[in-house]
Amino acid sequence: MNIINLENITKIYQVGSEEVHALDGVSLKIDRNEYVAIMGPSGSGKSTLMNILGCLDTPTEGKYDLKGTDVSDMSDNALAEVRNREIGFVFQTFNLLPRATSFHNVELPLIYAGIPAARRHEMAEVALSSVGLKDRMLHKPSELSGGQRQRVAVARALVIGPSIILADEPTGNLDSKTGEDIMTLFHEIYEQGNTIILVTHEEYIANHAKRVIRLLDGKVESDKQVANHTVPARGK
Amino acid sequence: MRHHLFEWKEGLLIALNAIRANKARSILTTLGIVIGICSVALMATAINGIDKAFVEGISSLGADNLHIDKYAWFSNEDFFLMRNRKNVTMDQFERFKKLAKLPLAVAPTILTVHKVLFGDNYVEGTLMTGTTDEYVRTTNFNFGRGRFFSPVESNGARNVAVLGSEVAAHLFEKQDPLAKTVKIDGIPFRVIGVLDKQGSTLLGNFNPDNQVYIPIGTVFKYFRRNRDTVTIVVRAPSTEMINATKEEALGLMRRVRGLMYDEKDDFAINQQEGLTENYNQVVGVIKLVGLFITGLSLLVGAIGIMNIMFVSVKERTREIGIRKAIGAKKRTIMGQFLTEAAVICLIGGLVGLLLAIGLSMIINKFLPTSVQMNTVILAITISLLTGIVSGLAPAWTAAKMDPVEALRYE
Repeated sequence: MNIINLENITKIYQVGSEEVHALDGVSLKIDRNEYVAIMGPSGSGKSTLMNILGCLDTPTEGKYDLKGTDVSDMSDNALAEVRNREIGFVFQTFNLLPRATSFHNVELPLIYAGIPAARRHEMAEVALSSVGLKDRMLHKPSELSGGQRQRVAVARALVIGPSIILADEPTGNLDSKTGEDIMTLFHEIYEQGNTIILVTHEEYIANHAKRVIRLLDGKVESDKQVANHTVPARGK
Repeated sequence: MRHHLFEWKEGLLIALNAIRANKARSILTTLGIVIGICSVALMATAINGIDKAFVEGISSLGADNLHIDKYAWFSNEDFFLMRNRKNVTMDQFERFKKLAKLPLAVAPTILTVHKVLFGDNYVEGTLMTGTTDEYVRTTNFNFGRGRFFSPVESNGARNVAVLGSEVAAHLFEKQDPLAKTVKIDGIPFRVIGVLDKQGSTLLGNFNPDNQVYIPIGTVFKYFRRNRDTVTIVVRAPSTEMINATKEEALGLMRRVRGLMYDEKDDFAINQQEGLTENYNQVVGVIKLVGLFITGLSLLVGAIGIMNIMFVSVKERTREIGIRKAIGAKKRTIMGQFLTEAAVICLIGGLVGLLLAIGLSMIINKFLPTSVQMNTVILAITISLLTGIVSGLAPAWTAAKMDPVEALRYE
């Protein structure tokens, strides 16, 4: 079953008096438990596509079915709910709340979902343990290394059990060793049955995925399965 | 419902965190509200104090009293028409007193103004009430020293005087006034009693503290003509009986003054109710103006809050973006910033209130004030409302932010 079904998605921005076609008729299907990389040079529309996939933005035209529900013209509040339940974001700059502990950062989506405190604490703890940060629960982001921060972000993305994990250049702010660790983590998450969409411009990062979609000028340039994708070495 | 509670609790935590993170800024912003609430609370306290003083002052004069007079205290009748009425004379008083069954006490009064002197000390323009021994039973007077005049002194028109506490303090300073002789317009009077402080400064010269009481016969002997008009003070047996007493008095006075059935009343039965109404009209205006002016200072505080909330929203644009990305709705973000504004104002309000309570204790030494529960509730409600109102625009700005834009904000 397709978890994501994009039909002819177009996004037009008005820049001054000019219309910019950030996305120009993009159609693609993504199945449950796929590991997809979206690539493209800057200006190719990959950020716009990610925003639409993540329900942060709505397309100007076209239809977006997420888990069989049309989300292309939902209200802001309905989209917020979809983001909360169905999408786990991992950003390049981590985007953790600086004044909150790792635990609270991971707990936050659960608060917005209205889950009772006891259950919330349990879920947050499980998520933090699964990224190997059980002993850093009460640290604030400023007390953690870059790799640890990104792990907290991954735990936050995973905690509610979303349909898709949407990672935007997740290793962009990390050194190559730490980046590799994070990619190992993504691989594990993928193996647990999650659907991962990775937005990147690095070939070697994209090679971790099983399928690579390349964008150019707002259109899908190519959409290929990767025959010999990188399988990270086990262990840390 | 539980959902909202979680969100709200989260909002509260964020608010407290944000306030802690920007201590200096929070304190300065809160100061505006502190001053605003403090002044509103003090104003309300002062108004309460004045009201309380007025009620106490009125009741020291006897709350259940009727005043039968040629003139109506509060009326639209032409003053000159009232002036042309027949005087209420002592004869009429005597007949009324004999016939009246209901009143607890009945006494005639007549006012006159004179200089009172003892040694080198004197009080110019002192209000004298000439009356009978029964007058004291129409009041709630307490005596610091001595007593009111006796029936013998009253009927015999003796030169005896009862002094109000202020008059006594002024004339005698530290000495004991009892049995001393004061001079009223040069005529010697023996002091037989001094009243305790009765209360209200609001009644001005009518405050018993500033008066001297002498027998009515003595007034007629030295200061006034025998046929001058008097006011008959009638004390009803209880508040419930006041209307019945008034009805009886009305009938009796018509009889005593020889009015035919088709003639209109040529006298008035005045009640303190009228005084209260009049007071409420005058003080009502003062209250409104006072609260308006103090309200302005609160408005300045509120503008400060609004300003700082806008700054806070701008600063936390990225945080808002993150929260929206992981599922915060408009309502959630709105609630978060409203809570923050409300918490700042509530803290300011509580501090302002404590300050006001402290200040009113100091002011109480000079002027009667009283902090009442309704002032406390008022201050807290106003500070909460101020927070919500001034947080509204900034919170809405935050709530309607585009998550994509907000996440990109550096």
